[in-house]
Parts: sequence; structure tokens; C-alpha cells
Amino acid sequence: MKRWQWLSLFAALALFVAACGSGTVDTTTDGSATTGTGAATTDATTGTTADGTATTQPTGTGEAGSGGEFIAFQWQGPSQANAYLSTGTKDLLAGSLVLEPLAEFDPAGQLVPALAAELPTQENGGIAADFSSITWTLQEGLLWSDGTPVTADDVVFSWEYCTNPETGCVADFATVESVVADDDLNVTITFTEPQPYPFTHFVTYTYPILQRAQFTDCAGAGADACTEQNFAPIGTGPYMVTDLRPEDIVTYEINPNYRGIAEGKPFFGSITIEGGGDAEAVARSVLEIGEGDYAWNLQVAPEILEPMEGAGNGVVLAAFASNVEHLNFNQTDPAEDADRSDFAGGANPHPVFFDNPDLIRALSMAINREELVAVGYGAGGTPTCNIWPSEPAISTNMDACLTQDIEGANALLDEIGAVDSDGDGVREWEGIPLEFDFVTSTNAVRQSNQDLIADYWEQIGVVANMRNEDAGLFFDGTNASDASIWKFFADIQMFTNGSTGPDPQGYMVQYITSQIPESTNAYAGGNIPRYASEEYDALWAQLSGMSLDDPARNEVVIQLNDLIVGSGAIVPLVYRASVSAFANDIQGVGDLNAWDSEYWNIEEWTRG
Amino acid sequence: MAQYVIRRILFAIPTLVVISLIIFAILDLAPGDPTSQLPLTLPAEVREQIRESLGFNDPFIIQWLKWMQLMFINEPLHIIDSIFNTCIGDCESRARIISWSSRAPAVDIIFQRLPQTLWVLGASFVLGILIAIPVGIISAYKQYSAFDNIGTFVTMIGYSAPTFFTGILAIIVFSVWLGWFPSFYDSTLVVNSWDTFLAHVKQMAMPVAVLTLFNTAALSRFTRASVLDNLNEDYVRTARSKGLGETMVVTTHVMRNSLIPVVTLIALQIPGIFAGAIITEQIFRINGLGALLITAIGQADVPMVQTLTFMFAFLIVVFNLIADVTYGILDPRIRYD
Amino acid sequence: MATTQERVEEQVDLQPARPGEKHRSLSEDVWRQFKRHKGAMIGLVLLAIVVLASVIGPFVYPLDPYDIDTSLANMNPTWTHPMGTDNLGRDVMARVLIGGRISLAVGFAAMLFGLFLGTAVGVISGFFKKFDGPLMRVTDLFLALPILPLLLVVIMLFRESLKDAFGENVGIFILVVFIIGVTSWMQTARVVRGEVLAIKEEEFVLAAHSIGTRKRNVVMRHILPNVLSPVMVSAALGVASAVLTESALSFLGLGFPADFPTWGRLLFDAKGYLQLNPMRAIWPGVMICLAVMSVNFIGDGIRDALDPKARSK
Repeated sequence: MKRWQWLSLFAALALFVAACGSGTVDTTTDGSATTGTGAATTDATTGTTADGTATTQPTGTGEAGSGGEFIAFQWQGPSQANAYLSTGTKDLLAGSLVLEPLAEFDPAGQLVPALAAELPTQENGGIAADFSSITWTLQEGLLWSDGTPVTADDVVFSWEYCTNPETGCVADFATVESVVADDDLNVTITFTEPQPYPFTHFVTYTYPILQRAQFTDCAGAGADACTEQNFAPIGTGPYMVTDLRPEDIVTYEINPNYRGIAEGKPFFGSITIEGGGDAEAVARSVLEIGEGDYAWNLQVAPEILEPMEGAGNGVVLAAFASNVEHLNFNQTDPAEDADRSDFAGGANPHPVFFDNPDLIRALSMAINREELVAVGYGAGGTPTCNIWPSEPAISTNMDACLTQDIEGANALLDEIGAVDSDGDGVREWEGIPLEFDFVTSTNAVRQSNQDLIADYWEQIGVVANMRNEDAGLFFDGTNASDASIWKFFADIQMFTNGSTGPDPQGYMVQYITSQIPESTNAYAGGNIPRYASEEYDALWAQLSGMSLDDPARNEVVIQLNDLIVGSGAIVPLVYRASVSAFANDIQGVGDLNAWDSEYWNIEEWTRG
Repeated sequence: MAQYVIRRILFAIPTLVVISLIIFAILDLAPGDPTSQLPLTLPAEVREQIRESLGFNDPFIIQWLKWMQLMFINEPLHIIDSIFNTCIGDCESRARIISWSSRAPAVDIIFQRLPQTLWVLGASFVLGILIAIPVGIISAYKQYSAFDNIGTFVTMIGYSAPTFFTGILAIIVFSVWLGWFPSFYDSTLVVNSWDTFLAHVKQMAMPVAVLTLFNTAALSRFTRASVLDNLNEDYVRTARSKGLGETMVVTTHVMRNSLIPVVTLIALQIPGIFAGAIITEQIFRINGLGALLITAIGQADVPMVQTLTFMFAFLIVVFNLIADVTYGILDPRIRYD
Repeated sequence: MATTQERVEEQVDLQPARPGEKHRSLSEDVWRQFKRHKGAMIGLVLLAIVVLASVIGPFVYPLDPYDIDTSLANMNPTWTHPMGTDNLGRDVMARVLIGGRISLAVGFAAMLFGLFLGTAVGVISGFFKKFDGPLMRVTDLFLALPILPLLLVVIMLFRESLKDAFGENVGIFILVVFIIGVTSWMQTARVVRGEVLAIKEEEFVLAAHSIGTRKRNVVMRHILPNVLSPVMVSAALGVASAVLTESALSFLGLGFPADFPTWGRLLFDAKGYLQLNPMRAIWPGVMICLAVMSVNFIGDGIRDALDPKARSK
């Protein structure tokens, strides 16, 4: 009897183990499916060996790949490595170790050639005199990691791949008429209309070059069956993907055909990108525990990050691009533009914001930007009064807002007649109480800053009703939800916006009148504050016609910045940086790159 | 008995179909969108193109039927093919459920994530059973003794302290202050030597300990209640009165009867701990199924969420079935009619 | 997990509490037995303290839980701030007290809702044969739903619409309570059904039928009072699991909004500050543990007290 009883217990345990066991069997099954990917990579490597080029390292240097493993933490783990299908920076970064563009930005925002031999200019004939086309020349002797040569045709293919509507490509080639290979090394991009700033396509890690031979069946409807290609693209960069597990881990080994091998680059023989956790956890891993070499995107409260850095295992680096956390004040003209913000039964938008720069200037003066930074951003931000914050076109005309001035704000409000006439502690302007709907996305830093701003405004008799919306809906470009920033069904919004490249032209365009999102254009357009100024429109038109080396260009950018900030449509708050951490013994990183992949110079990184 | 099992299995199929429909209906209402993660500067036409290419714009029923076909026909075929190296039908171009964010087959990713989840959950579960059953039996046998009171208190703490609280404390103490264990889980680690085995034990130590505390608590409380219930039964008095030793009474008579419901509970708990893994994996950075679900929800990766939620439902149905059947095997009083 | 436990509980607790035998009434008897359970008594006292602190505390305690003063940020406990302050200089104790209100309100409301649903379904399917089959199939279906994953998805989906309909906090409160309630009634329903099936055949019910008592009255006067014992145990465990679920949701960032303190939310917000300001995380954690533990102990006590075999000892 006793035996029977134990047998039954074991039977149950066996069932459990069997359940796990069958799971494991399935796993191995699938393991073989993934090994499929692995096999493909191995094939590629064998191909290399057959080709006769460099099996491991060329003799003589012996340095490339001698540095062992480099462990990077990206808490948002890469989903795949093909930039054209990416769902975020996490994927672009994973791809940037493998795939390269023609040119990339250095940390200072200067364009440097990557696969191109030199930068096209009007002098060297690379840029057409009327800005209608640009011709790039590839470096000679470039090889893909499978040993085949890189040609201009691969550039053409990358364009064809992305512009096939069924591919689902996320890069924008709307201004490109055609991409044509002139010969093996030269490729000409012709634009639909003149582009005084032509360095958009095939520049930075968002526009890398794919190999035609590998991706030829993946353009269009075939894109779905191309898991292998998307996970382990054949590239020209210093590394090749050996294994990619979506949102989990990516491992790389050195690319034996990398052009820097002879100079001993790259130093690290393998790279591991570990996904998972959150920003705090990965910061702790590198800075406090010392179990990794690099931690990406540390949006962590300063008072948490600083003690971690104090533990002495690593350093925190910040890099500023053009991201500015700012307030948008809804500029809808209540008399005319019902379809720009038709919501809340006509009670909104708040009529006091339209064409009322002094009132908004008072609101801006009351804000202590230093405190916003100290509470929310630390090394990851600095106070700013400009919507275009980066070199070489930084305005200093708006800098008065850098110092908080509650008294001045109160005086200004009194002066323009916004006084508390009914004694309820809230000022009125032309009989309308200064009480606003203030929305931002749900996020600890934003909420703390929102709290502080509401607190400042309370001191000048202005009430802010704080709301926060889920980020997925707030930034949802389909405008499915009324919470979307484009619909702007509120009085004030706070979020960050920035330019994709260091040139301001493409960024400043979004505040021209024709870019106002409204119900008639399905809320498409970047002019979220609904700023309508003929002066601004004219000035932007002038900017768009100016040559890049025109000395007056920066001056125009500054004027544009001053116009929109001065109008009260936008109140800039914090110039935001990207923040990452490196272990102390990692050398050769230089400044962190905010304009391009943070791995942009990984071939230079060494362990000291 | 066999008839009962077959009937239960037949009932499980419509249950799963209805569940998949519910999951689909809920997700269809989702305002989320795969393009919301993309840069704000991306033009609207490009966004629309991406949505179209992902099949996001199809009507709800079409999407569901497509998914049903993929889930119940194509995916099983693919699994069969990859086990036996066969090629049934058009195995080369067979459509599969594709995750929106990685553009890879969702089922492949799920199987890739399964080992780490199973390792951690399995270890903590087995460990929990090994601790809980003796503790439960002893505390019941010596009800209100010091052992019982302390045991009850400790299990109560384990049961009441949320795993996200104990987990964070464990990381601070054992990873940050003492530096004994890594704070993340390396899923590519291959155990092929003593060192790698040690590394594996180390990376499993904290999550397993935290989960074990929780599992042990529930199980030992239940074992205690069950044993307690049986100790007062007449048959125990009879056994004692016919002169059986206490050890004999407890191990033979009481345990046999009181472990029957415990075994059922064990089977019933398994799907529950899969759900519990969501939080533990988040804290200890184990990229298992739970973490996959959270990222998929965050990225509005609808096919992945559907497939994964369905897998959870499938597991629950299967283990409920196992629980019922074991119960019937172990307890002859249960009649299936 | 509390819930799966109960499913098997059917086995353990199948015997209904017999009406009092001698001169002692049932409730006196139960109370006497309950008092003998030390854990349960400690639990009762603890729960009373926690509930009182949350209900009355915010009126008595002088500091405002929403008052921001960044010059006082991240302070460790002092006399003026017994639990320290958070990263915006808000008083942690004030927030823990006010947070308890919401957490406990969610716990009790979700429990009541789940209990109501579960008891209703259980009684109906146990008492009326024609509803038994369909209702139990529905129960099985709900038992097979992957609760936490669906919970996460549903919260993501509906928080916006409810927010618009009822305002931010009330909307989320209704959602969280509804979700926890709707997903936790099945165990109660099964246990109650089992009880009702057994009681239905007892002599006193048959007697009630035979003297022509209406079905509604039979249910209200004879059946319901007798299924009280499993329902009370379910209630205790229900509160515990609801408090835990709410805090888990908040921990995953899907519960109440940031400016709305609940214990789970406070713990979530404090987790990054564990080294800088450990008390900030430990207090809400301890409060969750205390509340859940005391309720569990009470549940234990009730179960023991209502068990006729244990009582006769």
C-alpha cells in the first residue's frame, strides 16, 4: 500500500517533468529551426573560406579581434537587425555593427564618409549645381562579409527594396526620384525637387546599404519569409551576427573581410548585446556591479544614477542632439479654425493663447528650468529657451527665460490686464479664468516636471489641470485615440521633439502654416501648436533655397527659432541628451554620438 | 475512464476556439498600432504603407480566420516537419504567424524563450514541492507547536510578500552588496563544463529562491490543511486503536489520503506560475515568455500577443485536464459519469 | 494561488456547518474557536490597525501627501518625516496612509464584487438544475483564460475610455476593481455550488420545500446562511489576492497613474531608490505584506473555526 502511495506521487511528478520534458523536446525542435539561421551564417563563413580571403586574421597584425568579448546592455533588446524594418533605435543599433551607410555623423554632427570615398560637394561635382541630384563614389576594394565586392548596384537595390510598397519599409524616400548606378563605384540619387541639403538618403544608421545578392527575394511580399536575412544581414561593418534572439540577445563575431582588419581593427573579437530589464537595472549592472561594458539609454533619475556612478566601475556619458522637451500652447484661433481643434463641445481650445505672446511669456518666466533638470534629468539635460538648440545656429535672444522670475511674471500679467478680479486666487483674462488642461505622457520624469510646473504657475495665479496619457496613445501616429499629440485636444502639451539630423532645415519646416494638423488633413503635419505666421512661412521659404555654405543660413535659423518661441506657440524647457554608461576600462569611445549610432566607431574601442 | 478523458479533450477544443476568439476580440479593440514606436518625423503615407503590409487593416474576422489557419494547421505542420525532417505540402513557402516587431515567426521566438522560463519555473517548483510537503505534514501533525507556528508564520510571509518586493531586495543584497549572483540571466549560456554549470546555478539562484519561497508557502499551507483534515478522520483513530505505530499511521494512512488533493493542486498551480513568471522575469531580467509578453504588449505586436496569450490558455487547459485525470486515477471514489 | 487552493478546498470543506447542537449558538461557538487561533487574532488586530490607519490616518496626520518641495527630496526618516520623503520631497508616511485607503478599497471592493458574482453563479447553478450545465461551462471557460496576460491587455485597452467617462482616478478604480472581480469569482462559484448541492438534499431544506416555501425564500433563508463558511474564507483570500494583484499591476506600470498613490504604485516608484532611501520602498512593501498576511491569518482562523471537526476538539 505504501508503495502504491509513493508511486502515485511519483506518477504525478513524472507528469510534471514530462510536461517540462515535452517542452524541452519542442525547444530542441525549434532549436533546429533556428539552427537553420545559424547554418546559413555558417554557410556564409564557409563561403568566405572557400573564397580564400582571410579565414580568421591576416598574419602580421594579429591584433584585430584580440580583445575578447564586449558586453553591451540594451534594455530594449533588438527585435531584428534590418534598419529598414526597424521598430526603434534598438534595432537600428543592432544593425549598425553590421550594416553601414555611405556616410555617417560624428558626435559633433559633422558628416564623415563611411562606405563613400569622400563627401560629395558642389566643388568636386558630387552635388548638382541646382541641387537636383547627388553622386556618391564608393571606396575601392570594399568587400561584403561573405567576400563579394560591394558595388553601386547594392545601393540601387537598397532603394528598390525600401520603395517596394509591400516591404513595409520605415525609411522615407519620398523626395527621391531615382537611384542609378553610373558604374561599379558611382551612384547618383536624383531628387523630385531640388534639395539644398542632400545628405539624407544612405546617410546614418537609418539608411544602410543592403546586399542585393542576399536580399533580392526579400523585397516586397517576400519580406515576411526573410527572417534569416533580417536577423543576420550580410554587411560591411566590423562585425557579423552569429545569433539573434528577438528582444533577448544578439551575439556578433568579427567580420573577416572588414576593411580595418589590417590595421588591427576592431579590437574586440565578439560582441554580445543583452536585452531585458529596465534602464535602472542595466545602469546598475555596468556602474555598480561591473558585469558589463556598456549600458544604453539610461533615462534614470539623476539622484539614482549619480551614486551608481560613484561606485567607480564606470562613467556616464551624455550626448546632445536636438531633442528639446517643450510645452506646446494650442494656438488655434477660436474664431476661425474650428477644424483644427474641434473638441469638448466648443469649450476648448482655450481662447486666451491665440496671439497672446505676453501671457505665455509670463508663464514661461515663472518656470524654474534648473529645477526641472535637477529633478528629472541630471546629466541628461540642460535648461534651454530655444526650440533649435544645437550648433552652429544657437540663438541667445531668448535666454532671459533661463532665470526664474515669479515677480516679473506676476508684474507682466498685471500689466496686460490678467488680474484676479473675483478674488478666487485665479487670474482672469478678459473675464476668462486662467485655468488650463495640461497633458503629457505617462512617465515618472514627465509627471514630476508637470507637478513642478503646475506648482510654479499656482504662484502666479494660474491653474493647470494635470493629465497624463499613455505614451502608446499619446504618440500614436494613426490618431486613433483622441489623446494623440497631433489632435491636441487640450490647451497645453509637454513632450520632446527633435531633428533626425544635424541640419535644422528639415526640422524647422514643421512649423510652417501648411503643416498644421487638422481634421481636414487627417491630422497629418508637424505643426502641432497650430502656429500660423506668414512671416515664419516666408523666412522658411528663404532658408530652403539657401546653399549649405551660405554664411547667412545660420542667421535665418536663429530668426526662425526666435519667431516661434517669441510668439508663445512653444515654450522650450530642457535640452535633452541621450545618456549611456561605459565601464572604466573601455577606451577609444570619444564623445558619445547622438546624431548616429552610438556604436558608430566601435572598431576603435579597446579595453585598457 | 478513457471515455471521460476523451470527452474532456473534446470539450477542450471548443474552449480553446472560444478563448482564441475572445483574445482576438479584445485585441481588435486595441487602439495600439505597430507604427506608434516609429519616429514622429515619419510621413503618414509611409505609416499607412507599413500598416497595410502587416495586414493591420484587414477586418477582424478575416484576421482571426487567417490566424486560426496558421495556428492550427500551418504551425503544427511546421513542428512536425522540423522534428522528422519531412516536408508536408508546400513546406518551403508555408505561411506562418509573423511577429510585427521582429518579422520572424512568433512560434519560433516562443520556443526560443521557453527553456529559460522552464528552467527557472521548473526548478523553483520542484524545490517548492520538496520543501513544502514535509513542512506541511509536520506542521499539521504537531498543530499549534512551535514548529507549526514558526512554519505558518514563515510561509505566511512568503505568501504575503509580493515577489517584486522580495526580488528587488534580493538583487540589492546579493548582487549589489555581496556580488554573489549576476543580476541578469544569460540565455545563451551552454552548460558544458563545471564552470558553466556553476554560472548557470548562480544566475538561477535568486529568481529560483524568490519563486520557491512563494510556491512553498502556498503548497505547504495547503498540505497542512489537508493533513489536518485527515488526522481527525475515523480511520486514523481505527488505525491507532488497532495498535499501529505513529509513523506508520502518518506515512501510510494519513499521507496517502491527504496528498491526493495536494497532487491535484500541484497540477493546477503550473499554469499559475507561468503567469507569476511575468513579474519575476521582469525583475531578474530573464528573457522568458513573461518578458516576451510584456515587450510584445509594449510594442503593440498583436500577432505575438495573440499567440502568446493563446499558448498560456492552452497550457491552462492542458494542466486542468491533467489535474482532473490524476485526481480520478488517485482517488477511486471519484466517478466519471 | 490562493484561488487554486480553494478549488481543491471543496474536498476539505464539503461538510456544511451543522446547526448548533447544545445551548451554544453557532456564532458563539465559532467565535470561541476563532479566539483560540492565535494567528487569526493577531491578524484581526493587525488588520484593524492597518484599516484604521488608512481610514483615519490621513485626517489626523498633518502633512499633505501631494505637497511638493524639492528642497526636501529623498530624505531619510526624521521626526517631521517619520518615513522620509520621496524624490519630489513629498512625505512618504502621508502617502503610505492615503495609499492604504486606495489599496484596501480596491481589495475590499474587488472581493465584494467577485464574491457577489461567485455566490450568485454558485447558488444558481447548484439550486436550479437547468442552469447548472451552462454556468459551469462558463466557469470552466473563465478558469481557462490566462488571467494576468489578459488583464494587462485589457487595462491597456480600456483605461482611456474609462478615464474619459469617469475621470482619471475613478475610471481606473472601476477598471481595476472590475477586472480583478471578474477574474476571481470562479473559485467561489465552484465551492458554493458544491455546498449548495449538498445542502439542497438536507432534511431542513426538504422540509422547507414541503411546507410550500417559495424557492426564492428557500435560497435566501435556508441555503445562503449555510454556505456562509466557504464564502467567508473566499472573502478573506479574495481581499488578499486583490491587494496583491493591484500592486502587481501597479508594479508593471499598468495600475493607477503616477500621481495617485497606492501601495503598489509607491513601491514601484520607490524601487529605483532602494539604496538611496530604502525606507521609501520598505514601508509600502511592509504594508502590503501586513495587510495580506493579516487577512490570510483571519481566513485560516475562520476556516478552522467553522470546521465542525476542529470545533468539537
